[in-house]
Amino acid sequence: MTDLTTLTIADARAGLARKDFTAAELADAHLAAIERARVLNAFITETPDRTRAMARAADAHIAQGRAGPLEGIPIAVKDLFCTAGVRTTAGSHILDNFAPTYESTVTANLWRDGAVLLGKTNLDEFAMGSSNETSYFGPVVSPWRRAGSNTDLVPGGSSGGSAAAVAAFLAPGATGTDTGGSIRQPAALSGIVGLKPTYGRCSRWGIVAFASSLDQAGPLARSVRDAALLLRSMAGHDGRDTTSVDRPVPDYEAAIGRSVRGLRIGIPRQYRVDGMAQEIETLWASGVEWLKGAGAEIVEVSLPHTRYALPAYYIVAPAEASSNLARYDGVRYGLRVPAGDITAMYEATRGEGFGKEVRRRVMIGTYVLSAGYYDAYYLRAQKVRTLIKQDFEDCFNAGVHAMLTPATPSAAFGIGEKSSGDPVEMYLNDVFTVTVNMAGLPGISIPAGVDAMGLPLGLQLIGRPFDEETLFALGHVVEQAAGHFKPQTWWAR
Amino acid sequence: MAVDASTVRRIAHLARIAVADNEIEHLEGELNAILAFVEQLSEVDVVGVEPMTSVIPMTMKKRADVVTDGGDPDAILKNAPATEDHYFLVPKVVE
Repeated sequence: MTDLTTLTIADARAGLARKDFTAAELADAHLAAIERARVLNAFITETPDRTRAMARAADAHIAQGRAGPLEGIPIAVKDLFCTAGVRTTAGSHILDNFAPTYESTVTANLWRDGAVLLGKTNLDEFAMGSSNETSYFGPVVSPWRRAGSNTDLVPGGSSGGSAAAVAAFLAPGATGTDTGGSIRQPAALSGIVGLKPTYGRCSRWGIVAFASSLDQAGPLARSVRDAALLLRSMAGHDGRDTTSVDRPVPDYEAAIGRSVRGLRIGIPRQYRVDGMAQEIETLWASGVEWLKGAGAEIVEVSLPHTRYALPAYYIVAPAEASSNLARYDGVRYGLRVPAGDITAMYEATRGEGFGKEVRRRVMIGTYVLSAGYYDAYYLRAQKVRTLIKQDFEDCFNAGVHAMLTPATPSAAFGIGEKSSGDPVEMYLNDVFTVTVNMAGLPGISIPAGVDAMGLPLGLQLIGRPFDEETLFALGHVVEQAAGHFKPQTWWAR
Repeated sequence: MAVDASTVRRIAHLARIAVADNEIEHLEGELNAILAFVEQLSEVDVVGVEPMTSVIPMTMKKRADVVTDGGDPDAILKNAPATEDHYFLVPKVVE
């Protein structure tokens, strides 16, 4: 029998339908792979008992002829999604013993459709980071290495455990969340597909909140088709999230293979940043040729406020985070560090419970919202955000269907290489992805090539609101032209 | 704009995060690096621009004002660090 961990979700679905193997066998193959890959630190919590129970239930559904769209497909879940009865840490000491009594809407949708939980993946603490190095549970090690080197690299972040798990064949698909690039950037650095849907497409209910006006859940997978399959189950209206959009969920898979002839693809000139690596330029040019070859029309476009997206993000996101994270007070759930009076208890709990990056962002957020600074920082940033969104709207109104950009400014870097004194150095990883969150748009990262050291690089496609289908159609063209990328297996023991 | 050591202490207190004295100087440097980075927003002309309140145009959804959940104090208290008789316990607030 072929190694079941090498199957895509679409292949596994077909194999289960043909009874080539059972969901239990599929689950066991992945559980064994996870066990052999603990050196990657991709999972915070493995759930083998639940995995096997869910797989048995899936096999029963298949036998009864009532299989759901993802029946028996094992999925890794970022440890930011609340899972009933399964510890949910957000990568933080302050939640390291938190076991929710409820299930997030997105994961509930996956289980409704027959998916099987493999475990909870590692992430940057409260999803704040671009390298998975801020996790209380330690960094995730990328399955990728530079040619001829043993240096441990980052998988990107914040959905770093999900990206590493999918890239290392520990799971065929995973959930992530993306506030400034946290699905697309780790997908690009790990050689897999990652999609951030339009704001409002997936419910945020039951996902530990970081920056509520930017957070969106989305899939990570090894093919564009698999990402489409996952999104169809994850998306949908939810009355418990007031920003969840009430519109039908299309059959995203139907967009795979759809012609892109005549689609107008914008190339934003402001994304050609100073000092951009030649490899990224070349990759971008290849993407243009591939889409042209498939009949798309390429036009240069202008998004004049692009350079202000990242600074505006570093006001808006910390401001919302400082408000959202006020709930961790040592009273209702999570860590409590006893100290004299109640204020001292709050301060001791949060001082010990939050890591350095979270503390930094909560403090920046507190400062920009504080009396006397609100207008200068927060209000101005929200006005700049309006201008950023307006830039995209102007292009879309002029007939542009989607845009093609690099996903990241560089390939993966070594663990510890960017954790020097200046936090801004790390923030610059998200320069190409953050605009999409600021404008609420859908964006997909597709593996498109490797750099001189053999590390994967990704291209990003940005779509009109709620037009994920066009991204899947275009992404499939890129995928067909670029091929698939997988790391050498060095970690299995 | 930049913050000094006393402002860092004030922000930490507003954020209810205990910060040790020997961390203040380091934090001051980090916060100022971030504030210097976001300073470039001051060059954007935002006259007459509305601040963003909703990234996807939508009208506020409303639901019927009825009880749909609740009545399960054990579930509510399950993760609390200290409880007694279905109450959360906190350090004494009122003398």
